[in-house]
Amino acid sequence: MTDKEKKQSSIDDKLFKVKYVSDEESHLKPDAVQCLVCKSKVCTYICPANVYEWDEENKRLIIGYENCLECGACRIACEKKCIEWAYPKGTKGVTFKHG
Amino acid sequence: MRNKTEVIVVGGGPAGISAAITVARAGKKVVLIERGSYSGSKNVFGGAIYVQPTKEIFPNFEESAPLERKTVSHKYILRTETKTVSVDYMAREDASNSYSVIRSKFDRWMAQEAQKEGVVLVTETFVKELLVKENKVVGVKTELEEYFADIVILADGVNSLLAKQIGLRKEIKPKDVALGVKEVIKLGKDKIEERFNLKDGEGAVYEIFGDPMLGMLGLGYVYTNKETISIGIGISLDELAKRKLKPYEILDGIKSHPSFSPLVKDGELVEYSAHLIPEGGYKKLPKLYSHGVLVVGDSAMLVNNIHWEGTNLAMISGKLAGETAIIALDKNDFSANTLALYQKKLEKSFIIKDLKTYKNVMDIVHDRAKSFLGYYPNKIADFFHMFTAVDSIPKREKYHRFIASIFTDRSISELVKDGFAFLKIVLGVLK
Ligand SMILES: Cc1cc2nc3c(=O)[nH]c(=O)nc-3n(C[C@H](O)[C@H](O)[C@H](O)COP(=O)(O)OP(=O)(O)OC[C@H]3O[C@@H](n4cnc5c(N)ncnc54)[C@H](O)[C@@H]3O)c2cc1C
Ligand code: SF4
Ligand code: SF4
Repeated sequence: MTDKEKKQSSIDDKLFKVKYVSDEESHLKPDAVQCLVCKSKVCTYICPANVYEWDEENKRLIIGYENCLECGACRIACEKKCIEWAYPKGTKGVTFKHG
Repeated sequence: MRNKTEVIVVGGGPAGISAAITVARAGKKVVLIERGSYSGSKNVFGGAIYVQPTKEIFPNFEESAPLERKTVSHKYILRTETKTVSVDYMAREDASNSYSVIRSKFDRWMAQEAQKEGVVLVTETFVKELLVKENKVVGVKTELEEYFADIVILADGVNSLLAKQIGLRKEIKPKDVALGVKEVIKLGKDKIEERFNLKDGEGAVYEIFGDPMLGMLGLGYVYTNKETISIGIGISLDELAKRKLKPYEILDGIKSHPSFSPLVKDGELVEYSAHLIPEGGYKKLPKLYSHGVLVVGDSAMLVNNIHWEGTNLAMISGKLAGETAIIALDKNDFSANTLALYQKKLEKSFIIKDLKTYKNVMDIVHDRAKSFLGYYPNKIADFFHMFTAVDSIPKREKYHRFIASIFTDRSISELVKDGFAFLKIVLGVLK
């Protein structure tokens, strides 16, 4: 495994252990127009669940909202402060069994 | 009116539960709304809860609460990439001061106790917004309905979108929160007690400074539970953003350090989680009350991050808010004027006093992070390296060289600035 692959598998292993019930609709809604001009793309590295990935070809964010740990970091750190951020609905999202 | 109660508490964490139970104990009607499927299912901490403040809410909790281990051992570890300096503090015989707990069990237990005392608990219900009428908070809007109350207590945690909605708090800056990521690793009772040098039921807390966060505003920790250990980091969001770091890679770095990997060897990862920690301290406190509303716990940013205290401030602020609500209900007056009593109570308690004590520390440490958390830890490790080395160089010569090195690898003006910053912290705390 390359270093990069190792890192990817380490976060995949972590996320695999989390219990989620996913909603049909994303609770994370960045403003795509702002993302286009955003320089840092800080959401793509700050998120502890690797939810955001920048798709260079299509110039847009891919959002794996099902993995979201509901911490709120992306909302606060977003360069353009443009993420419309809500908690998932009452019955959805993450359940921590240990916390 | 249907759908109307005396007090609604939003958020079933330690702050909300403490507020609700205080109100219920006075015979008032209170509804506690939690978005998770049970209290604790969305909550994450280090962590340990503290005995004295918990007793203020649950006097006999040690008899029936789900506790993991009684903390007897503290270890403070300073690491550079290859070296480790640590200080151990063991207090086996002392009365217990804290217990490690698992939030999904402990918060759930607290909520059940609250129900026994008359709190109406509504789970799996998310409060979308506050209902405001003529400048007064009059209730909450959930996904399904509107629900009214004389007083609403906000205990919705660090992100408190509700406090923001009504203008009690400003938007949080990355500098004012830390991001915590954590793994729970199953090792089994025997391995834990052997590796952490503990007897049955005893627990350890490790605090880790330095590598892989050398020079950064961050901290690693380990807590022991019955069968598992919790390993995590808390690191300033602003630091992560500036340095383009992925939080889980830092966590992996904590675990793989040579001094540490033997502790987690053969462990099985059972959970990964993340949560924010308020770090702004006294200067970033939001407005704590307004007409018909009080803000408690993390939603009010009440965390003493220098000591990793949060649940205790949450519980006691919840209790003080509950007491204030009772008085307001008796007077039938829910104006900001009456609810201001809550702030007075907080000011008289350890909560605001402690936050004031440390009010400048975070700013100074942010300013001097590189030296306080990078240069000096390295220097301390170098000192021990020099001190323990047996290399046929006369000792006095080595001491002289070491002291000289401080002046050669750091400019005098930087040293003076460090000195002043340090003095400012000490004087600020002691005055
Ligand atoms: C990594 C980490 C380590 C920590 N370690 C320690 C430690 O060792 N000791 C210690 O004392 N403190 C520690 N803390 C701090 C401590 O966890 C918090 O200060 C404490 O949990 C705050 O309690 P609270 O009730 O205010 O908020 P929370 O515990 O966050 O509870 C808020 C509750 O509100 C619910 N909620 C939120 N929004 C809504 C809504 N709109 N509708 C309905 N429900 C909602 C949530 O689901 C949650 O149950 C740590 C924190 C972190 C993140
Ligand atoms: S940081 Fe904000 S603006 Fe930038 S890409 Fe991410 S969501 Fe878009
Ligand atoms: S809330 Fe946290 S876990 Fe969820 S997408 Fe944002 S940063 Fe990632």
